[in-house]
Amino acid sequence: MVDLPFFAPQASTIAGQVDLLLLALIGLSSVFTLIVVALIAYFGIKYRRGRAADRSQPPIGNVKLELSWMAGLLVLAVGTFTWASLIYLRSFNPPDKSLDIYVIGKQWMWKFQHQEGPREIDTLHVPVNRPVRLIMTSQDVIHSLYIPAFRLKYDVIPGRYTNLYFEANQTGEYHIFCTEYCGTNHSQMRGTVIVMEPRDYQNWLSGSTVSAPLSQAGQDLFTQLGCSSCHAAGASVRAPSLVALFGSQAPLEGGGSVTADESYIRESIFFPQKKIVAGYDPIMPTYEGRITEEQMLQLVAYIKSLGGGASQAAEGSSQTGTQVSTESPALTETPDAAESAGTPTQP
Amino acid sequence: MRALALDRPRENYLNINYSLKSWLLTTDHKRIAVLYMISITLFFFIGGIAAVLFRWELLTPQADVVQADTYNKLFTIHGVIMVWFFLIPSIPSVLGNFLIPLMIGAKDLAFPRLNLASWYVYIIGGLFTFLAIITGGVDTGWTFYTPYSSSFSNSAVVATIVGVFITGFSSIFTGLNFIVTIHRMRAPGMSWSRLPLFVWAHYATSLILVLATPVLAITLTLIGLEKLVGIGIFDPARGGDPVLFEHLFWFYSHPAVYIMILPGMGVVSEIISAFSRRRIFGYTFVAVASLAIAIIGFLVWGHHIFVGGQSPYASVVFSGLSFLVAIPSAIKVFNWTATLYKGSISFDTPMLYALGFIWLFTIGGLTGLFVASLAFDVHVHDTYFVVAHFHYIMVGSAVMAYLGAMHYWWPKISGRMYPEGWGKISAALIFFGFNLTFFPQFILGNLGMPRRYQTYPAEFQVLNVMSTAGASILAVGYLLPLIYFLWSLRSGKPAPANPWGASGLEWQVESPPPPENFEELPVVTQEAYTYPAPALAPSPEAANV
Repeated sequence: MVDLPFFAPQASTIAGQVDLLLLALIGLSSVFTLIVVALIAYFGIKYRRGRAADRSQPPIGNVKLELSWMAGLLVLAVGTFTWASLIYLRSFNPPDKSLDIYVIGKQWMWKFQHQEGPREIDTLHVPVNRPVRLIMTSQDVIHSLYIPAFRLKYDVIPGRYTNLYFEANQTGEYHIFCTEYCGTNHSQMRGTVIVMEPRDYQNWLSGSTVSAPLSQAGQDLFTQLGCSSCHAAGASVRAPSLVALFGSQAPLEGGGSVTADESYIRESIFFPQKKIVAGYDPIMPTYEGRITEEQMLQLVAYIKSLGGGASQAAEGSSQTGTQVSTESPALTETPDAAESAGTPTQP
Repeated sequence: MRALALDRPRENYLNINYSLKSWLLTTDHKRIAVLYMISITLFFFIGGIAAVLFRWELLTPQADVVQADTYNKLFTIHGVIMVWFFLIPSIPSVLGNFLIPLMIGAKDLAFPRLNLASWYVYIIGGLFTFLAIITGGVDTGWTFYTPYSSSFSNSAVVATIVGVFITGFSSIFTGLNFIVTIHRMRAPGMSWSRLPLFVWAHYATSLILVLATPVLAITLTLIGLEKLVGIGIFDPARGGDPVLFEHLFWFYSHPAVYIMILPGMGVVSEIISAFSRRRIFGYTFVAVASLAIAIIGFLVWGHHIFVGGQSPYASVVFSGLSFLVAIPSAIKVFNWTATLYKGSISFDTPMLYALGFIWLFTIGGLTGLFVASLAFDVHVHDTYFVVAHFHYIMVGSAVMAYLGAMHYWWPKISGRMYPEGWGKISAALIFFGFNLTFFPQFILGNLGMPRRYQTYPAEFQVLNVMSTAGASILAVGYLLPLIYFLWSLRSGKPAPANPWGASGLEWQVESPPPPENFEELPVVTQEAYTYPAPALAPSPEAANV
């Protein structure tokens, strides 16, 4: 890894690929520009008015020439396009076992929420050489989370979750910028990402004052809001079970199904009438305006902790030796749910 | 009789009547062009002053000249004014208006009164926006992204939107007028394959003006409704989707970039040909390239949303289409270059501007491919790299073309020659100042500096100082032509009908042209750009000058 002048530091697995692409683009463009400028200069001198030169029968066009430079350009364009697109699509591939961190943008700060409990503002600690997935939303206007050293950004949009995947490969401190104009102090909406050795990261996590994991807060909220009176097993009102829901395909009333991901859970809490689970009545009230985006993330973390098809993320976290998935929720009265979550049942 | 005719100045569109009323109620396309010229020049300097102020703020990493809200209002004013009140009307409404009838051998545009109405509509829209600016300002950026504009900003969003909405109709009127004129008013013998490329470029531009502007009107109306009645189309709290706004906005605003650049390409085709005394190389390819750019330009809006919540596969399609636009653009650059071959080239001021255009457009166009490349765009999206890229197109290219055109046709418009030496100095200053302003911004973007930042980390300061220094030179470069054009009105040498020895019907009439353009309708018997240019039918008045 070389630090080039006029380049930001390279600190992610994708940064080198992007820089190589840029160098190729600069090379190709320079050749093209030099050809044009050199020809203009050459013709400009040779055919300057008043200077003797052979000006007999100037060509008025040449279809073969036009078609051949079109074809040449097309080949170069397709090549560059393909290369750039492949890197881009790869950056959207969810890694197998990522560390999930939640992000909320608000005017004018970044709030980061680790599953293990710690919360940070404008500073983000991540381990090196480990895929990280930021699950991001905004509680007001559109923001965009940009880490130049990682060559990555993605918009942080109110009303939905967007993802940003990265794997840092250099420890150090790097800028975080908001790159979507968001009002008065847009340029103050900056932060720092601190890439640490895994051991240091663990120490940092355990040294944090907040010890309860995010899903624990979610569980408390779940009870407090009265969600459990319908969604718990044996509740008097019939509502879909949330056990082992996450990551599965939820069948919908009127046909079709939807992947129960973070966005689906969020939507179902804020806009319960939008997608009705097959076989249930649309009786759930909306929680729009009653809970904050932060509380929503706690609920999402809790429902994720109930297990389901895509519980690898939680397992991934548990491998680091933290307490993330040891809180098997009180709701998992059905033994199969506990099995599918792959965690020991609550003592 | 003959002596009398010699004493009385020849009647032209300027001296036929000096009253204010004769200007404000004129339906002469040439006079309306002059009205537009004066108005867009005023707006250009308002937008320019805003730019000078925020470049001054950016000299240091901290906020020290203006408050954060003021800074945000300054870049918004700069964008709104420059895009809608200068760049979009610039070449079409001034030079297109003046030249299209002359170039195709018509006495006026097809709808002279609609043409006058378009100027009034433009002025009303402009006053609305100007009022919004001085009574409180607007701080959304020229892009008006929701939900910031619709639910959060406390500034004069609605008034500004109304101004832009109204001005949109002037674009539509002008586009419609050009399309009908080019179809219906061509002189006998002026077939489509003989049209000057300037006219082809304006035909393509007019298609975009007519088809894209209504989408802007709809989008702005939706913001107004959202803000005033809360219809909830963009507001996520009401189940709306703010990203929908981005799609609607860029469906207009990306083609709008081609509204700004296509007429400039038309200008450059004229100038390169005239100062090489040669028929343009590959006429058909250059003409068709304008249409191709206009059509493909409608299909690339999604490249503004590569990191904004659009399906990655949709992004791949938009990226591919954006690469395609580069091909007709490159065709033009190649053909302009090939036109110089075996030409008889002179480097008068308009030619310097045109060659500067080619250079800057090449850089602007190629960096367009950089940002069309998905993986690289993710890195530099909404950074100074993008700012530099689109200024190379919208200022480096479009404004160079506008000024090149102003110098080239100034003798025809005013009947006076501008001072050639000062012209060359201004062209050189603008080229140098422009590159010093905007080239460092490519590097700033690659280092990660986001756009629309009032304060920034200290490591970006050196490049920002360079940029501000360049902007100061650029400002002088822009003031010079204003001064010497005004000076030339009184003291410039009287211009002959065809000072450049150029072909084209506009050079076959006197400078300035008579009120009705042509005493008798011309009959076209030759291709465009036939050199040597046909000699002017001598008239006693011309001999007297």
